[in-house]
Amino acid sequence: MIVNGKQKIWSDYQKEIPDNHYFYVRSCIRQNFFPASEKTFLDIVRNKLGLDFFETEHHTTCGGIAYHSDSIPQETLMTIVARQFALMTESGYENYVASCITSFGIYTEVLDTWHHFPELEAKIRQMLWDSCKREFKKPTHLAHASDVIYKLRGAINQNAKHRLINRYTGKPLKVVEHIGCHYSKMFPSKGVGGAEYPYVLVGMVESWGGEIVDYPERRHCCGFGFRQYLVQANRGYSISNTHKKFESMSPFEPDMIITNCPGCPYFLDRWQYVISEMEGKTYGQNGQGIPVLTYEEVAGLVLGYNPWDLGLQIHQTNVEPLLDKIGIEYKKEDKYKL
Amino acid sequence: MGKLYDKLMEDYRFKEGLNACINCGTCTAICPAAEFYKYDPRSITDIVQSKDDDEIEALLKSETIWYCGQCMSCVTRCPRKNAPGFIIQALRNLSQELGYFIEAEKGRQQYAINKAICGNILNYGYCIYPRTFSHKNHPESGPVHKWIEENLEAVHKRLGSNLDGEGPGVLRQIPQSDLDELKRIFDITGATKRLELIEELSLKKAKELNMTEEEYINYTYTAVEKDHLNQ
Repeated sequence: MIVNGKQKIWSDYQKEIPDNHYFYVRSCIRQNFFPASEKTFLDIVRNKLGLDFFETEHHTTCGGIAYHSDSIPQETLMTIVARQFALMTESGYENYVASCITSFGIYTEVLDTWHHFPELEAKIRQMLWDSCKREFKKPTHLAHASDVIYKLRGAINQNAKHRLINRYTGKPLKVVEHIGCHYSKMFPSKGVGGAEYPYVLVGMVESWGGEIVDYPERRHCCGFGFRQYLVQANRGYSISNTHKKFESMSPFEPDMIITNCPGCPYFLDRWQYVISEMEGKTYGQNGQGIPVLTYEEVAGLVLGYNPWDLGLQIHQTNVEPLLDKIGIEYKKEDKYKL
Repeated sequence: MGKLYDKLMEDYRFKEGLNACINCGTCTAICPAAEFYKYDPRSITDIVQSKDDDEIEALLKSETIWYCGQCMSCVTRCPRKNAPGFIIQALRNLSQELGYFIEAEKGRQQYAINKAICGNILNYGYCIYPRTFSHKNHPESGPVHKWIEENLEAVHKRLGSNLDGEGPGVLRQIPQSDLDELKRIFDITGATKRLELIEELSLKKAKELNMTEEEYINYTYTAVEKDHLNQ
């Protein structure tokens, strides 16, 4: 009975992820700080796996960072989102995939609020018409880009050139997965595995040979905090949260961190540098830092992409110790070649 | 009694965020901001459900409503399906609408945030845009970001971006017709009016402090004069 109950709970947190035909929208933060990750994602799904992911240059920010830092009213955010949906509708697509966790949370929230308050949806439809003369259908499926990679993890594994195995010991790499708060903390049923046991990154890591590290502050926020990072006076909040996570994971000696949200890898990467500068403390084996990667970068390494084509040279924390452990060949002299 | 509560109830996030709070404090226990700042989402939720106008007005003028980092960890954990993170959004919205934000050091940061983020949205179509994200304002971005900044076009070309280019791709130039649509959305949905209100009240405050606009923005962006920390 208990097993059946657990299976029932788990089934509530499985989401239907379409196989193909997506309208793709980009992430402000990922484009700025991990631009090659989006390029890699589209190269994998389009060129390696032959799938249909459409992008239009007319889409914009979803406004999520402005919304969560209190700069724009809810109606403004919703109308920008409605415009994105209109672009999807006009392009003939029904499956919507976002490259950003903040955006994914925004889209989920907007659709949920419209579900509970249809009069608000009607108001936003009118506002969109008045401002842009556009109309829209709501997506039949909403995915984060990591959901798609999760779905394709087996296909990626079949084409793997490398696995997440430590070549010196033959053991699985110890991987910290950081899910990003807005993936499923607000609406657990919309993320693979829900908020308690999010499986989207775990599934990738296990499929590609790695081993997940479970540590006390695994679900703690990276510390972005929107206005708590955007304003210089507040950044102590941001680094304190990252510090808390690193202190918690450090005894487990992780080889790497894989991230879901575009912002989290930036903070987990850069605040390691700042902690080192402020306190002289470096994490990771031999004090070399713990490399922090996006899931696209990890998928790219598994598939045999050149690390410098993946943009790993624009991380502050060096990735070479990880590349060496996996056995990935790279040219040092090419790292900063432009 | 209840007038400010009624104003809050006009906000859908408040309607979604407040059920019956049982004061268990689970939200405070899980909250990253409560560990760092003098912040207690439990008591904030309790105050708003009291419908006490005086207490809610004090909250709207306080530092505490600006401490939340919007991670929404509280939403997952509340055993009564409250969402203190949504309640905070509604409080911050009303604090701005009524001009109370100007009373708080952390509230006064809003003008600097608006100038940066909404400036990026309306000028470029992105919340964050590489030519306005400087190493000078973000020294924590590290030496690697200084290198990126000094070689922006070449780095993005190397990584396959379409920086300021035509057509789709990473950091493409978003066509002016689309930026015009964003501006009309801002006008029709109340964002422009809100930004103008924040600007008006902020410049008035700058004058009171005998500061230029630039000095005021720099001051609110960097100043920590009150004791905000939970230690």
